[in-house]
Amino acid sequence: MSMHEKAVREPLFHISKRDALPWWKAWCIRIAAVLLALVFCGVLSYLLTKQNPIEIYKTMFDGAFGTPRRIWGLAQNLAMLLCISLAVTPAFKMRFWNIGAEGQALIGGMAAAACMILLGDKLHPTLLLVVIVVCSILAGAVWAVIPAFFKAKWGTNETLFTLMMNYIAIQIVSYFTYIWSVPKGSGQIGIINSKTAAGWLPQIGGQKYLLNILIVLAITVFMFVYLKYSKHGYELTVVGESENTARYIGINVKKVILRTMLLSGAICGIAGMLLVSGTDHTITRDTVAGRGFTAIMVSWLAKFNPLFMILTSFLIVFLQKGASEITTKLNLNNSFSDILTGIIIFFIIGSEFFINYSLKFRSAHKEAAK
Amino acid sequence: MNTNAVPAIELKGITKTFGSVVANDNVSLTVRRGEILSILGENGSGKTTLMNMIAGIYYPDAGQIFIDGEEVVIRSPKDAFKYKIGMIHQHFKLVDVFTATENIVLGFEDGERFSLKKSAKRVKEISEQYGFEIDPMKKIYEMSVSEKQTVEIIKVLYRGADILILDEPTAVLTPQETQKLFGVLRRMRDDGKAIIIITHKLHEVLSLSDKVSVLCKGRYIGTVNTAETDENSLTEMMVGKKVALNIERSEPKNPEDRLVVEGVSCVSREGVKLLDNVSFTARSGEILGIAGIAGSGQRELLEAIAGLQSLSAGDIFYHDPKTGKVEDLRDKTPMQIRELGVRLSFVPEDRLGMGLVGNMDIVDNMMLRSYRRGRTAFLERKKPKTLAETIIEQLEVVTPSAATPVRRLSGGNVQKVLVGREIAAAPTVLMAAYPVRGLDINSSYTIYNLLNQQKEKGVAVIFVGEDLDVLLELCDRILVIGSGHVTGIVDGRTAKKEEIGLLMTKSASAHETEEKGGAAK
Repeated sequence: MSMHEKAVREPLFHISKRDALPWWKAWCIRIAAVLLALVFCGVLSYLLTKQNPIEIYKTMFDGAFGTPRRIWGLAQNLAMLLCISLAVTPAFKMRFWNIGAEGQALIGGMAAAACMILLGDKLHPTLLLVVIVVCSILAGAVWAVIPAFFKAKWGTNETLFTLMMNYIAIQIVSYFTYIWSVPKGSGQIGIINSKTAAGWLPQIGGQKYLLNILIVLAITVFMFVYLKYSKHGYELTVVGESENTARYIGINVKKVILRTMLLSGAICGIAGMLLVSGTDHTITRDTVAGRGFTAIMVSWLAKFNPLFMILTSFLIVFLQKGASEITTKLNLNNSFSDILTGIIIFFIIGSEFFINYSLKFRSAHKEAAK
Repeated sequence: MNTNAVPAIELKGITKTFGSVVANDNVSLTVRRGEILSILGENGSGKTTLMNMIAGIYYPDAGQIFIDGEEVVIRSPKDAFKYKIGMIHQHFKLVDVFTATENIVLGFEDGERFSLKKSAKRVKEISEQYGFEIDPMKKIYEMSVSEKQTVEIIKVLYRGADILILDEPTAVLTPQETQKLFGVLRRMRDDGKAIIIITHKLHEVLSLSDKVSVLCKGRYIGTVNTAETDENSLTEMMVGKKVALNIERSEPKNPEDRLVVEGVSCVSREGVKLLDNVSFTARSGEILGIAGIAGSGQRELLEAIAGLQSLSAGDIFYHDPKTGKVEDLRDKTPMQIRELGVRLSFVPEDRLGMGLVGNMDIVDNMMLRSYRRGRTAFLERKKPKTLAETIIEQLEVVTPSAATPVRRLSGGNVQKVLVGREIAAAPTVLMAAYPVRGLDINSSYTIYNLLNQQKEKGVAVIFVGEDLDVLLELCDRILVIGSGHVTGIVDGRTAKKEEIGLLMTKSASAHETEEKGGAAK
């Protein structure tokens, strides 16, 4: 037609949706993302700190696995994070954004501490343990059911509500750490019942943390079965996917919301009990140490699958442990470890994009046209 | 007729894939100015995808687009506007609390100082030029569906579009409104605009367009001049084989009253009457059609029967065919209704948002009705799995396996899964709201046949439809609903389309403004 052909500028690349990838390909992409993140972090650390990146990674690994003590510490931290992650999962699957796990676990721990302090010398040790377990579960459950009740009854926003409940729990704990502080006025409770060990979870196999870990493992299996094979799990998934569908098939949506949050809170309560009665034997405002929030990420990263959560909580705990080691060993700024953790998690989350979409570049596009 | 040598828009070898699904495979089209082109194809044949590539919403994997003979790259809706292409989507994209004019100018920059008055004047001019009836200062939430559509059309004209694409514009309109829209489109054509209209209603294609391009399963089949074709040959092009286009309608066999609705009213949370004193009887062995403009209370009526909508007045009586007992279903939850032994199946309008769970696989969706069975706390997946496999086989559901999430299936297959499940419950009353909406011809006829089979089994079928031709062919009686009132119940064998069209707008005109009344005249 016309003599001067105008070169049409095509975009450099465009994005198109992929079909479902086979699971092994998806995992290859995820592993590649982790490796890439490590390389990126290595280059960055070298540029910023002039430290040998291999040295940094070795120190991180050492910090997590260096000694049997560290391995047990890692396992204990993993178990605690996993426990709270499992607790928030049924709520999240129901699309109930429970960001109050921090407070629910703390109030569970508070209940355990209160029982230990007030009933420590009044009850038979075994009976005391039973009372502690029951009280912690109840406390956590109540803390979770209050926002659930308001949501079911009046449609309040659960995100704000559960968040606010955290602060109430923290203030309650602050108040009682002052009341019960030893010595008076120090603002610290110290080790509770350090002489009698009343209300302490028993050690098994001579390992301080083994019982905690086994309990959390049992909860993991329970949660997996509950979500996948039980009628309750099916109902809460339907409610989460579409409330209209739930109503249509006659599910009592309010009941399911209350029941699920009861479970969520109860497991948070157990986590608090394990922290106070099974680990620290004391309570402070920081007993839960932000796990209630980290758990949200663990649960999402694992796509709400309890078995994958073992992996994702391991990843996070490993990064935390390793990162704190490099800050002390290599004299790096505290924030540096946070930067590395952030980068690695960014890469992992980013890899999901490449699992769902593919990029088509200009050159490939031209060839396809021919 | 047309002497323009260079086409307004030309597509060459357009290909677009989504994952492994080929939505468009090497499609080529041309439209000239002063011409209306219909794009005809079954659902999932790639009509909308193709148009979205012209409108800048998708980017083609391969192929070229020419505007006025020059190759262009359209990467965003903004680029599309640059080339004076405007698309009116099936789902309106308007801000409810804004006026017509505000919506029209929203996001539009012409470099001049913004003046709402001037804009309103311009809107008025455009309306007069093409014969739209619109009040530029009316708020969107006060508008009827057809008025909203008018706003959408003026919106693209305001931006200077001279290539217009309309995606199934008549799906939500009454016959009268459709005629009016066609009038406007013809005027625009005579004004030298190029118009592309997506539809799957054959009679509309024949009455409106100059040319028809047919797509089938993403492939371009061909273009014919409308004057030289007819319904049967178009269908053949569309489906790839000959299809019998008639529905068998048997005489109802000893009909008995099954569901008696008496004086039912219900009110929305804002206090608006959604249903007002609705009474009718659904009989066994009969298909009762419900016709009406979208949103006239059809959904609320079915949901009220299913126990999902609380009533402010009235009763719903169910006559049990086994025991002969009469039960009042008012104020009962779906669970209580089922516990009474009422075999009520319901195919809701919102398939993935209500009838099914999109992220669950077919087996888990089968369980929605039956998962409570069994005494243990655990689910039993064996029977649902067998049921899923039976439905896949008998209704020819196209799916990789029974473990595929239903949202991955095409619209027709989703509907087959839903209808299959509801029929498997051996209902005595079957309610279906717009069961063929968005379905291709073959799937639609599968659904009509299923409804007819249920009717012959003695089920009382309630069918809410939008295509009056189908309602008149399928139903024994047709109830017409307008603004929550029953405006008439007519015999499906003798009623005329125009008669139903008038009944549909009857009570609407009593309430709304004069222009709507004028439309009804």
